[in-house]
Amino acid sequence: MHPVRKQRLLIVCFIVVFSSVAAGLVTYGLRGNINLFFPPSEIVAGKAPIGQNIRLGGMVVDGSLKRSTDSLRVEFEVTDNRATVGVVYEGILPDLFGEGQGVVAAGKLDESGVLQATEVLAKHDENYMPPEVIEAMKEYQEAES
Amino acid sequence: MIPELGHFALILALCLALLLGTVPLLGSFRQQRQAMELAPSLAVGMLVFTAISFACLATSFLQDDFSVALVASHSNSLMPTAYKFAAVWGNHEGSLLLWSLILSGWTAAVALFSRALPLQMLARVLSVMGLIAVGFLLFSLLTSNPFARLLPSIPADGADLNPLLQDPGLVIHPPLLYMGYVGFSVAFAFAIAALLGGRLDASWARWSRPWTNVAWGFLSLGIMLGSWWAYYELGWGGWWFWDPVENASFMPWLAGTALVHSLAVTEKRGLFKSWTVLLAIFTFSLSLLGTFLVRSGVLTSVHAFATDPERGVFILIFLCLVVGGSLTLYAFRAPAVQSRISFGWMSRECLLLINNVFFLVATLTVLFGTLFPLLTDALGLGKYSVGPPYFNAVFVPLMAVLLPFMGIGPTARWKQDSSARWLRELLVPALVAVVVGALLPLISNQSYNIWVALALVLAIYLMLAMLRDLQTKVRNASSLVAGLKRLTPSYYGMQLAHLGFAVAVIGVVLTSQYAVEMDLKMSPGESQEVAGHVFRFESLERVSGPNYTADEGVFAITLEDKLVARLAAQKRRYMASGQVMTEAAISGGLWRDLFVALGEPIGDGAWSVRLQYKPFLRWIWLGPILMALGSFVTLADRRYRAGKVKATNADTDTGTDNAAAAVTGTHATT
Repeated sequence: MHPVRKQRLLIVCFIVVFSSVAAGLVTYGLRGNINLFFPPSEIVAGKAPIGQNIRLGGMVVDGSLKRSTDSLRVEFEVTDNRATVGVVYEGILPDLFGEGQGVVAAGKLDESGVLQATEVLAKHDENYMPPEVIEAMKEYQEAES
Repeated sequence: MIPELGHFALILALCLALLLGTVPLLGSFRQQRQAMELAPSLAVGMLVFTAISFACLATSFLQDDFSVALVASHSNSLMPTAYKFAAVWGNHEGSLLLWSLILSGWTAAVALFSRALPLQMLARVLSVMGLIAVGFLLFSLLTSNPFARLLPSIPADGADLNPLLQDPGLVIHPPLLYMGYVGFSVAFAFAIAALLGGRLDASWARWSRPWTNVAWGFLSLGIMLGSWWAYYELGWGGWWFWDPVENASFMPWLAGTALVHSLAVTEKRGLFKSWTVLLAIFTFSLSLLGTFLVRSGVLTSVHAFATDPERGVFILIFLCLVVGGSLTLYAFRAPAVQSRISFGWMSRECLLLINNVFFLVATLTVLFGTLFPLLTDALGLGKYSVGPPYFNAVFVPLMAVLLPFMGIGPTARWKQDSSARWLRELLVPALVAVVVGALLPLISNQSYNIWVALALVLAIYLMLAMLRDLQTKVRNASSLVAGLKRLTPSYYGMQLAHLGFAVAVIGVVLTSQYAVEMDLKMSPGESQEVAGHVFRFESLERVSGPNYTADEGVFAITLEDKLVARLAAQKRRYMASGQVMTEAAISGGLWRDLFVALGEPIGDGAWSVRLQYKPFLRWIWLGPILMALGSFVTLADRRYRAGKVKATNADTDTGTDNAAAAVTGTHATT
């Protein structure tokens, strides 16, 4: 074989092998590391998997926020006006978290249908909101009217 | 009056950009000297008018002219002057104007510093940049006019800038980041100009190299500043989140890193020519994609100022035109510039090829992770989000495998080298690194950490390999000083940048592995130990700033009963917007950072508090600073400053013109 052609063949082989390894890594990385968004009504309807990472979005129910006295554990309820899901979180809540406000919580659903959250997101400022929160609030308003 | 003047100047800049994008380009095909000679003056004129426009907008901000819609919605009379000025780009319209300004700046810089280029090439490069400027100026004028007025109902005061942005970070992060982003347009313009002329030789690569290096350096600094800003302002102590917007700036950096290395091969050996052109197109396309992702509102983050579908469509069309147009040109022209130069497997070319494959794969995986949620959402497959674990799982192994090759790279010779020689050169550094790197984690008072050991072995090996290479290169000189003097700025730049990479690796791994983070409930008077440091919550007071009031918690931190820092963390409420902001207090140092942030009051005078101990955190940012420094040092190379240099004929198999060879230092020992 012509040396240049041979070299080209080797380069192609190298790239094919390498990109397969990379594709493998990507698949491995994606498995279990992506999470799907659910509004409360779908969770109550049993559409969300238990024990897997998911995100939940909606409004914090007025008067539902309960704090523990000796730790940072908080409990609150999230609603889309059709159904309500309880959330348990231990940590610091974002600055703009509040009852009656939009929120997104990420975590795992336990057997009793409560979301054990590892992360709670609220809007960043008065004008800006995560799209899931906008969507959740829209559905909330639609359900209300 | 001033805003109208600015608007008018912007329109004039667009006219000049249109002229620049057409007249010299057409002239270059018709061999009309006069048309081509217009290009530098048009480029400078475009800069002047964009600068006037920018100055007008800045004046409106500084004078609190709330009749301008942009000022009214993003500024406030109580804001400190520096932030009023920075507020110019703390919004969608203004940041676009900054983008145009920097693009004009780069264009004018090419016009002024590339007098040595053949006229035809210069005219084409400037024309391509003019066409890009047309796109961005049109975007500004048609969809996001920064000078729109609020008449007749002028508000009494502005709505204030988002408190997250009221920070020194806003003053420097966006301009530096844009310098990098937009700087890749120069490499792109050179690539397109070379394709147009059908002359993809080594001289093309040599012209475009210094520009690419500098753009890459600025982008490194910009990304580093963004990370630093996020750390103390909004990250609650995190320094990288794999947020889509961070990725948007990181992808051009990764592709740019590949480009910088590929350009080296093209210049020195006349190889990978088509590939380098493709990379230049790819890198700038990623810059544009980043702009699209951030500015169109398809992504959400603190960076996405406003959502407006019209804007998204405009950038998407522009992106398609640029990518589609340049790839079409590439398809027609590239096969004509194939090279038939061969090289051995044990050679520097091959190592640089490995670099390119690694960085390209890294770019594509980040691209995939960033676009995956958009794709599934658009296809109706559900609203997924891809989190940091994905990126870490893919990215960390890639970089770990890259490091051993990085150690060989600078030592390796072009064309053909032997593994026996590499072994001879690098065996000692490798062995020393393994021993030292494996022993160092024992110093830590935490349990032995295998990942820290691995990172230290790799980073120390890289640094020792660099020292060894330096030693080899000065070995035959009459004295150490003479030997060091003989090495070129390009060589030192490369060494600095590689050192920066090693430093950043140490910082990233040690911080991730050894950091201690605690969220807890604390009342004034209570203490908590974090990694040997005792954090004592001393007092809580109410203080007020120029445009906010705050609760300030004072913490005294002691180590072995000696006071090391007294930190005052704040919870601010901004008066104009009523928005609440966390202002963390940090005691930084080369070896460790101590971090305190107030969460919220949770009854009985107690607060939720975050305490953190982060060793080696500053190294993460020291790394990119060294990289940027390295890229700027390469500019001092005589080769780039010389006047009309005769193109070295690297198309032939020899390609070892003395000046060129000395630059990388490979042949400095001969």
